[in-house]
Amino acid sequence: MAYTEELKNLIKVVEKTRPERVETKRMGGGFPPMSLEERADILKYHPDFKEEGRREIKIGPSKGYRIPNEMVDLLEARSRVDPDAIDLSQIDYETDVLIIGGGGAGTAAALLAQEHGAKVIIANKLRHGDSNTIMAEGGIQAASKLEKDSPAYHYLDTIGGGHFKNDPELLFTLVTEAPDVIQWLEDLGTMLYKFPDGRLETLPLAGFCRKRGHTAGDTTGMEIMRTIRDEARNRPDDITVLEFSPAVELILNEQGHCAGVVLYNMETEEYFIAKAKAVIMATGGCGRLHIQGFMTTNHYGATADGLVLCYRVGVGLRFLHTVQYHPTGIIFPEQIEGALVTEKFRGAGANVVNIDGEQFVYEREPRDVESSAIIRECMERGKGVPTPIGRLGVWLDSPMIDILLGEGTVKRQFPGKVNQFERYGIDISKEPMLIYPTLHYQNGGLEYKFSGETSVPGLFVAGEVGGGVHGENRLFGNSLLDVLVFGRIAGTNAATYAQEKAKEGKLTLEHVKAYHKQLEEAGIVTDRVAPMLLPDYTDPKVRERQLTAHYVGTLR
Amino acid sequence: MSSTETKNETATEEIAAEIKGKLIPIYIMGHKYEVPETLTIMKAMEYAGYKFIRGCGCRDGKCGACSTVYRKPGDYHIYNALACQTQVEPEMYLTQIPFYPANRAIYNYEELTPVPEEIFKLYPELFRCVACNACTKICPKDIPVMDVVSYLKQGNITKAAELSFDCIQCGLCASRCMGELPQYHIFQLARRIYGGKIAPKAKHLAEAVIVIKDGKYDEMLHELMNTDEKELRKIYEERELEPEITGEDWRPKDRKFLLEVES
Repeated sequence: MAYTEELKNLIKVVEKTRPERVETKRMGGGFPPMSLEERADILKYHPDFKEEGRREIKIGPSKGYRIPNEMVDLLEARSRVDPDAIDLSQIDYETDVLIIGGGGAGTAAALLAQEHGAKVIIANKLRHGDSNTIMAEGGIQAASKLEKDSPAYHYLDTIGGGHFKNDPELLFTLVTEAPDVIQWLEDLGTMLYKFPDGRLETLPLAGFCRKRGHTAGDTTGMEIMRTIRDEARNRPDDITVLEFSPAVELILNEQGHCAGVVLYNMETEEYFIAKAKAVIMATGGCGRLHIQGFMTTNHYGATADGLVLCYRVGVGLRFLHTVQYHPTGIIFPEQIEGALVTEKFRGAGANVVNIDGEQFVYEREPRDVESSAIIRECMERGKGVPTPIGRLGVWLDSPMIDILLGEGTVKRQFPGKVNQFERYGIDISKEPMLIYPTLHYQNGGLEYKFSGETSVPGLFVAGEVGGGVHGENRLFGNSLLDVLVFGRIAGTNAATYAQEKAKEGKLTLEHVKAYHKQLEEAGIVTDRVAPMLLPDYTDPKVRERQLTAHYVGTLR
Repeated sequence: MSSTETKNETATEEIAAEIKGKLIPIYIMGHKYEVPETLTIMKAMEYAGYKFIRGCGCRDGKCGACSTVYRKPGDYHIYNALACQTQVEPEMYLTQIPFYPANRAIYNYEELTPVPEEIFKLYPELFRCVACNACTKICPKDIPVMDVVSYLKQGNITKAAELSFDCIQCGLCASRCMGELPQYHIFQLARRIYGGKIAPKAKHLAEAVIVIKDGKYDEMLHELMNTDEKELRKIYEERELEPEITGEDWRPKDRKFLLEVES
């Protein structure tokens, strides 16, 4: 669906103000960045600040913590299985390290665990690699150019973006391990963008004081994922991959150590017991919960499964009161609504402008600030651009990039996005994109230490499912970094733990029964079950006709 | 606030039922369903009542889970699509191909040398290509698949790596191949050889790794970790921003958190 006549006319307004904005940009000018006070002020437009959007959790280790309703619904839900019906003496899989989720974090963990002598199983809900990692477009941060940058600047940028709330130990680990991760990727054959002499190209990105974003075009996450997945496939003697087999419950042993999981084959609807000396939770994020009804950039499988499982065994939560809305999600054409438009467009010079073709925000503010400014422009100031079905967005003026950096830059830097819009007859090197904030990232998550350990021995956490390193707001390019840094650490430490510290003991699901009891005691009467595993997009009319009385299978 | 806000914030258009529009007939594996004409194939299948386990991934055209082939009435062509990116058409006959078996060679990456013979050895079927070009025609990412195969046969790993960069490994090429090539696995190998063994290494990166591993920045970092929030805010606000349009030779004036390492 190409732009309608109405939108084409509105684009003319943008074209009219463009030459002057390009000129200003060339001179190094433009809309000024906000001060910290101004940032704090505009955040009241952010969805996190809608009190009716969250409520207190009534039970569990973080009882009393106010987080989004959609998450509480999952935490205040029953197990998918009847713990009494499961025979824990029947072991179907046994391994040293069992990894739940084979995205970036899980796969990095698998490689390192294997290198440290462990036998590994990766249990994937969908295919190996299906994850938010493959969807990450723009880049991965690391201070690799020490003549102008350092881990200290990376630290400062990140903690500033996170509202100065980030866990310092986790953050120290993130920034000091960063260059090592980039070198690891280079050594594994990842095609990072380079100058002819091998020097890495780095881009200026939102919230960062230095050009520190290493990229592989606008499919950086995919390039990383397919490279490390390929390497995992080279080690089949030690790394077993199960697909369409999500974990639905953690198993402890009588010592209180994590000792395995209950797996569910979604296709055959069978449950299996997997025993392990250590378990790494790497299930990723929660975008498919559609918090406050927002559209999302996230993968089909991003349903917060790991939060639910770990909460039931006693791992606490933090920073889940904040959720990240990416400022630039596609709002037209509606077929690809919610999809991400990387920050790199703004980094490369594209302005964000309203219906009058005016700038109203500096385009490199941190994500929460940028999103809030866009929401205010559309909802409070009435300067949004209406789409044919009556939604509001603002323009991201991508054609500026070719004017500023040379004809063909958009096509070279953003081949994926160019291709995606081309299908609908829109040439983003000539026409701006219509955007609105979209649910993007779970800033917080499970409590864990910089070693990847949690409060439960034998249970490790890596990637988006964990919370702390990003504080209240993650910055661009720190998520790919997070999954690889903490995936590698969790893999290494879980392997060592399996060899040195793991204790044998009788397996148990008593914690599930205890959790059910807590629900009852808190007066929570519900037929909700969790983890959700997959979102439900069935047409309600179809659902009305799905009358099977006692279906207890995967999804209904 | 305004009613428009409510509209934007219930904008989970994933819930296909919200979408109005004229209904058109499509055939999902032969069964006729009436679906709104504005939907993608994926949302149309959900609208019709399908609940995906396979055949659905990122829902954003990036992951290759939802490869779909279809025909149109009175037309002998086979068309390809990613179900999440392609709008339905009246009377289309479609099926998804969520999985297709393909041979993948196991190799020791560290020991590989950057010569084409390594690829020939691991994938001798490369030379079974009959240049029919069916792979190129079916590729939903418009990769010139057959050309990439040709470049590899000629020993040009670099060109093959560059041209296959957009591959999402959906496997449609392999499903159509008369020579039974697993193109997408072969290209992955080519890209890794290029990325790790042909492209020049980043010298500045290797240096940074050594210096940082050596703990040279630890003191500076520990100082920041122990700085109170008020002071941290001040340092943050005062930090010098690298201008957007600068070359690699830009150097900051403020060198507070830098060490003297020039590469």
